[in-house]
Amino acid sequence: MLELLVDAVIQNLSPGLFILIILGVIGGMALGAMPGLSVTVGLALLLPITFTMDPVSGLVLMGAFYMGAVYGGAFTSILVNAPGTPSSIATAFDGYPMTRQGRSEEAIVGVTIASVIGGLAGVAGLIFFAPLLANFVLNFGPQEYFWIGIFGLTMIASLAARSLVLGLIGGFLGLLLSSVGVAPVGGDVRFTFGFTYLQGGVPLIVALIGLFTVPVIIDMIANPGARHAEMMDGGGRGGAGVVWSTVRDVLSRPMNLIRSSVIGTVVGALPGAGGNIANLIAYNEAKRTSKRSERFGKGEVDGVVAPETANNAVVGAGLIPLLTLGIPGAPPDAVIYGVLLLHGLRPGPDLFVAQGPLVFTFMVSIAIAAIVMIPVGLIAGRALQRAVVSMPTRYLAPAIVLLTIVGSYAVRNNVADVGLMLLLGIAGYVLRELGIHPATIVLGLVLGPIIETGLVQGLLAASGLETPWTSFFTRPISLVIIAMTILAALWPLWVSRRDQRAREMQEEG
Amino acid sequence: MNLKLGSLREIRALLGVVAFGLALGVLMGCAAQEGGDSYPNRSISYVIPFDPGGESDITARIQQGPLEEALGVSVVVSHQPGGGGALGWSELTRTEPDGYTIMGHNLPHIILQPMVRDDAGYETDQINQVYIFQSTPNALVVPEDSPYQSLEDLIRAAEENPGSITLGGSGEYTANHIGTLLLNELAGVEFTYVPFTGTGSAVPALLGGQVDGLMTYTTAALDMEEQGVRVLAVAAEERVSQLPDAPTFQEEGYDLVEGAFRGVAVPPETPEEIIQTLAEAFREVNNDPQVIEQMEELGFTLENLGPEEARELTQERREVYERLLEDLEELETG
Repeated sequence: MLELLVDAVIQNLSPGLFILIILGVIGGMALGAMPGLSVTVGLALLLPITFTMDPVSGLVLMGAFYMGAVYGGAFTSILVNAPGTPSSIATAFDGYPMTRQGRSEEAIVGVTIASVIGGLAGVAGLIFFAPLLANFVLNFGPQEYFWIGIFGLTMIASLAARSLVLGLIGGFLGLLLSSVGVAPVGGDVRFTFGFTYLQGGVPLIVALIGLFTVPVIIDMIANPGARHAEMMDGGGRGGAGVVWSTVRDVLSRPMNLIRSSVIGTVVGALPGAGGNIANLIAYNEAKRTSKRSERFGKGEVDGVVAPETANNAVVGAGLIPLLTLGIPGAPPDAVIYGVLLLHGLRPGPDLFVAQGPLVFTFMVSIAIAAIVMIPVGLIAGRALQRAVVSMPTRYLAPAIVLLTIVGSYAVRNNVADVGLMLLLGIAGYVLRELGIHPATIVLGLVLGPIIETGLVQGLLAASGLETPWTSFFTRPISLVIIAMTILAALWPLWVSRRDQRAREMQEEG
Repeated sequence: MNLKLGSLREIRALLGVVAFGLALGVLMGCAAQEGGDSYPNRSISYVIPFDPGGESDITARIQQGPLEEALGVSVVVSHQPGGGGALGWSELTRTEPDGYTIMGHNLPHIILQPMVRDDAGYETDQINQVYIFQSTPNALVVPEDSPYQSLEDLIRAAEENPGSITLGGSGEYTANHIGTLLLNELAGVEFTYVPFTGTGSAVPALLGGQVDGLMTYTTAALDMEEQGVRVLAVAAEERVSQLPDAPTFQEEGYDLVEGAFRGVAVPPETPEEIIQTLAEAFREVNNDPQVIEQMEELGFTLENLGPEEARELTQERREVYERLLEDLEELETG
């Protein structure tokens, strides 16, 4: 294996492949930064180009593009509160507040380190633990996915800092929205109110753009001067000083990087979950275990590092079920699966034996793409950041409006989606003013289908039992996730009691 | 110079817009020059109403090159997913019938969706079929360590434990689902069908032992054979060349022939010449030796059904499904 690895590295450093990797990363970043154009769509657009190439070059280009796109998704999250892809939802929670404080450069440098480390961790998981992880994830049945969804819902408690009730209202609104359209299991058409268009449900990206970005645009228009004044308050520092101090700062808390890498790798290897779940879980765990958890949501750099580490780890890890079992780990992997098939390469255990050099070159190229993100991010990424920050609000606001319209249209090439985006945007603004965090709604929307699918499939699959519902409480992995859920749900209560006790002690003393 | 800095900046912005407009104009001019008056003389959009990476998408990718040669214009593949294809098909009914937008269509989806949904957004007859070029018959598979060695074993187990043997498959009211229902009817047993959101999520459920078997497509069966999965039967009229050891359901005594058919359609009221031109092009593509080789390697069964034959098949299947659904309803209410 060592020999294969060394050969693969040498292959990748040949001028032809190396240039493809650089181009792939840059192209991916540009696309990832566009809200609405998902990684999957980007890879599909790239597909015809790879036909003209040999299989190795085609795969290397796609892998680099995928890595770059997931990284690029962070930029619009941070700069204009518009997650470029669903993998960067949580990045906006602290990234945009950092921009408002004039600390966008720090955020960009932070996500660059995070993405590189996460990307490398995912590939390491793929190269060294693929068979192990593949066997592990096969133990996840519908019941386990159901509990993962419930576990994710405990995030409501930490997102709704001010009021748990308002958080729950937001979460349930999201769950309700997720049930619009054709049921994932059963095929019933629900809550379409006579509009055939609603059969397709509420697409996640359309909701993201509406709920996150439109309120920001309304803010900018309502108070054009505020943005600039706030950013200037931050001091407007810049240059090499910020880069080094951020790198040192982020690396000084390695647990955050390690934890997020592991979350990204395991979730990425699960065929039923991808970057959209991994980044949320990583954010929540970072907040929960951080010594500075009260700063999360208000511009904490670890809050952008955690999701971006996890989502780039998903890139490599998502290939684990694909290359070992022929099962795409996430939607973008389905396109890579297509490339493999079109070149007559059938994924599965035999692929590693019959096509060892090709598979290793591909896997190593993804790691190299992760490293290439350092110079690309520090040069092109920071240039973009400076351009957006220095752009006057009267140009920036219309530019974001254009971005939201094009983005929501591009999701399904559907004009009606633009209207839906605007509607959700206005609703999102009103709800935010009422104190309901838009992220709680998005959380419900992301987790709803997983919970529903897991519940119904689990009940059906266990129909051999006299009481099928008991299967949700008897499987070992389910029990572990249930324990984690209870712990996560009780944690905020425990923390607040501890703080209260500490305050009482102080008062007494 | 009496210009203020502000206005200078605005002039620059204006110049940018003008340059962009010019560039766009030049591009459109190039596109318009592509051909003469006869159809087709400009680029054709080939829309897949599903996500990239699926069977329909892969087929379109294989066809793209040869199709461009056959038609003499460029073909652009795009995606309009949602509602199990229904969003795309409902959009097709409102598309200009000029032959420049063609869309993939699948049986039994376009028959069953209008039948079981209050309003699918289209009627089966509105999907103006041009060609059906491939199919994937159903295949019944069990994992390597399954106690069931043959179809007979599995059916006997279902007889002994009604409702407790589970078969997974892709989606609800799909060929997999209908295939399971038909098998229940033919064998007089009760398998519980567990729908997954696609073949991709059904496969891990089988390998991980979450379901007893899968009613899946021959393509997926071929993929899984490598991992020790046993193919108990194939729902085709004759054995599938890629799975020579798997008997057909008919050989085992059950008259079950069911699968998904994939083809291409145009909006309602598209002129007959355009349909004929497209059908001829797809026939040519389907006879391209390289296309045949690639498709067969992936486990697809090639079909060559022109507009009339495709409509006949659709009508025939429609009657079968109507009867099946009526029987089911009686079962549920009775």
